[in-house]
Amino acid sequence: MADLYTFIMGIATWLMGLIGGLFDWLTLHGVGDWFRSPGPIAFVTVFLVALVVFIVGFLVSITLIWEERKVLGRLMDRRGTQVGVLGLFQNFADGLKAFIKEIIIPTEVDVWAYNAAPIILIGASALLMGLIPMSDSWTLANINGGLLLVFAIFSVAPLAILVGGWASNNKYTIMGGMRAAAQLISYEVPLLLSLAGVVILVGSFNLGDIVHFQEANTWLIIPQFIGFMVFMVAAIAEVERIPFDLPEAEAELVEGWMTEYGGMRFGLILLSEYIRGFVACSIAVLLFLGGWSGPSFIWPEIWFIVKIFIVFFVWIWVRGALVRVTTKQILSLGWTRLMPLALINLAIAIGLRMFGVI
Amino acid sequence: MAEMWINMGPQHPMTHGLWNLRVKIDGETITEAEPVVGYLHRGWEKLTEHRMYPQIIPMADRLCYGASMSWSHLYCLTAEKLMDIECPERAKYIRTIVLEAQRIGSHLMWLAALGTDLGSYTIFLYPMRERELFLDLMQNLCGARMTYNYPRIGGVRNDVPANFERDFTRVLNHFEKKLKDYEALCDESTIFRMRTEGVGMLTPEDAKNLGVTGPNLRGSGVDYDIRRDDPYDAYPDIDFNVCTRDGCDAFSRYRVRIDEMYESCDIIRQAIKKMPEGPHRLKPPRNAPKGKSAWAHVEDPRGEGLMYIIGNGDDKPYRLKVRSPIFVTVSASPVMLKGYKVADVPSIMGSVDMCLGETDR
Amino acid sequence: MEQRSGLAPGGLSPEDIAAKIKEKFPSGVTVTSVAPHRVFAKADRGALLQLCNFIKDSLNFEHVSCVGGVDWPAENKMQTVYHITSYANCATLEVVVDLPRDKPEVDSITPLWGGANWHERETYDMFGIVFLGHPKLERILNPEGTEVFPFRKDFVTGRRV
Repeated sequence: MADLYTFIMGIATWLMGLIGGLFDWLTLHGVGDWFRSPGPIAFVTVFLVALVVFIVGFLVSITLIWEERKVLGRLMDRRGTQVGVLGLFQNFADGLKAFIKEIIIPTEVDVWAYNAAPIILIGASALLMGLIPMSDSWTLANINGGLLLVFAIFSVAPLAILVGGWASNNKYTIMGGMRAAAQLISYEVPLLLSLAGVVILVGSFNLGDIVHFQEANTWLIIPQFIGFMVFMVAAIAEVERIPFDLPEAEAELVEGWMTEYGGMRFGLILLSEYIRGFVACSIAVLLFLGGWSGPSFIWPEIWFIVKIFIVFFVWIWVRGALVRVTTKQILSLGWTRLMPLALINLAIAIGLRMFGVI
Repeated sequence: MAEMWINMGPQHPMTHGLWNLRVKIDGETITEAEPVVGYLHRGWEKLTEHRMYPQIIPMADRLCYGASMSWSHLYCLTAEKLMDIECPERAKYIRTIVLEAQRIGSHLMWLAALGTDLGSYTIFLYPMRERELFLDLMQNLCGARMTYNYPRIGGVRNDVPANFERDFTRVLNHFEKKLKDYEALCDESTIFRMRTEGVGMLTPEDAKNLGVTGPNLRGSGVDYDIRRDDPYDAYPDIDFNVCTRDGCDAFSRYRVRIDEMYESCDIIRQAIKKMPEGPHRLKPPRNAPKGKSAWAHVEDPRGEGLMYIIGNGDDKPYRLKVRSPIFVTVSASPVMLKGYKVADVPSIMGSVDMCLGETDR
Repeated sequence: MEQRSGLAPGGLSPEDIAAKIKEKFPSGVTVTSVAPHRVFAKADRGALLQLCNFIKDSLNFEHVSCVGGVDWPAENKMQTVYHITSYANCATLEVVVDLPRDKPEVDSITPLWGGANWHERETYDMFGIVFLGHPKLERILNPEGTEVFPFRKDFVTGRRV
């Protein structure tokens, strides 16, 4: 909670000072003093910090989408987006397009639930962005249960998907929603088990502590390699990317549970999918790849983002090369293959800890 | 959950054309299926009764626009049998080369469609890239990329262009290397095999009885290929293997078509070497005898295509009946779908290689 | 290339097939001609089902290639044309059956070969030929509720087609 917060507090103090000065000039000294007192300044600081974090997270997610389009294009022997410098403006163009589209709500939907689903989804995803520390000075919530909280919020998604799929009043979306919920719920288990190994070795749920542990000893990918693999597979399933994107399978269910959403709602849902992808990649980096540790000639935040891009590149590669897996195969993969591997990984972690290796 | 009927189609991203597949599902399992076709019916056979014989050739192209050379060639073969003429040797060889190139193009398009069905756009774009090479060859030959209007009653429309042999050899050499890439992308992918193995089983007895032909039949182990067993054009003089697989599932049908693409490359090379000099076309008579009937069948990329024609004494046919392979295979699809999950429908119907143009005519 | 005509042991040549049919059906079925891989025959309406049973059971004809209809208003008849293939013998038999135009009915061969199912439905749809014993004789290519049989010669569309 050090530098970023104090830095923004400085800005907030200056800003509130300006506004207070304005009221002073209007000879409303009481109001001016109120603006300069610690309470409102703290409030504005928090607001500005949230804004900055959201914007940075948003921009990184957008850049992840850009990376996906370019790399996927090259894998398929084509160039990817070309709009603007290197294709970077395409995503903003898409966002603008989604923003200015006509808002169409089908008549027979359950309006409250229909509107609530994307709100829950994007709200949870935005909340997650605030919980991910990018370096020692960019830590907004130094919570001792940080990791648990991240995954608790991560797991709100099946609820939103079920609500959205059901509220759309459509046979296909119900099927899509149920498939999605089944997939996400069944992949939570190996996901959390693979984290358990890391937590046992480190002894804490605090994300900052985990990174410090890795800086002190070794990147946890080495003793926890199986856990890393399990985490990657389970995370790809959680974020509903190919090969696990059956809930959105175009070939059968059009867009799955998102079929009836259009315009900005659809844009928000898509954005939240990528933000969840960003969060999952960043957890992988934090837990297994040393977080923000790296040579000190670049800021730790930049190292962190570079590592996220590398992990995401592997995800894009997987997407380009593989076909979709069916529901039965997804569920059997999750329960019969990933669970035992995660348990083996847990046993290895316990063993390493007991014998004092790490 | 109670059983319910779902319509997959007629507007649906998966269906390779405009048709409706009604499936009765119990949860996720299919208990019954009923294909509904006819959305693309153009009354083709009735239209031909008002056209002169050469005017029907471009119409035949549009029967199955994915494999158009095959259909106009079938029509020309049938008309030649009706008028009792035989096209020159050189024309036969040219037709064989072009048909095999068309077979490769059609199979590549099938592979691309299978990729989209299964969710991988990489498998879509790679075959389309190679298909462009074959379309360029066809464009050099007859000026068109899709509906060629190239075969004529009594031969072919024009002789081959300059550098024909060089171009074909280059493309085939490049293509065979790329075909190995596709095999690696699909065969060696565990997930692809999981999606297609054991799915869409069609026993040989069912296949024969239900009239399934072509790669779908050979994927169930039945060894029958009209090019070898009832040959036409230059096929009697060419050495090739008939590809069969015993698996009876979607994966076998996929493998049969990949093997057929390799074989087609061989056939083209042999035909180019053996092609004799001579005229490429005879002038056919204008009218056909009254009351005389004739029929011919060929090995279309999708199965057995057959046309039956009756002459009317003047320059228009009295009746022209078309047998489309996919029309029959679609009627056999409930057998392939029963007992599998809804998620398997794209892989099963994708492995069948549907083309709606010839189904509905 | 493995020459398959003459084929597997027991494969019959078209002449043999023609001879066997003539032997079994002295009346009711006439074999008109024989060509490489082809046999052409005409059958009476009543003899069709027996002929099909015979060729399916004894002569190894496993596959129906095509079933089609022809309308001859000048001769006041309709015809159904069958092409049935034998994989084992590498031969195809063409059978033409004449039907009276005012009551075009014939036995369905769908119970023998499922491959004829949709062909017969289409022939019914286009000509109005009724196939007795067909499991589901409904319109297939034309929309439900169409009242005409489009491929009949007296169906004139009224403008240049």
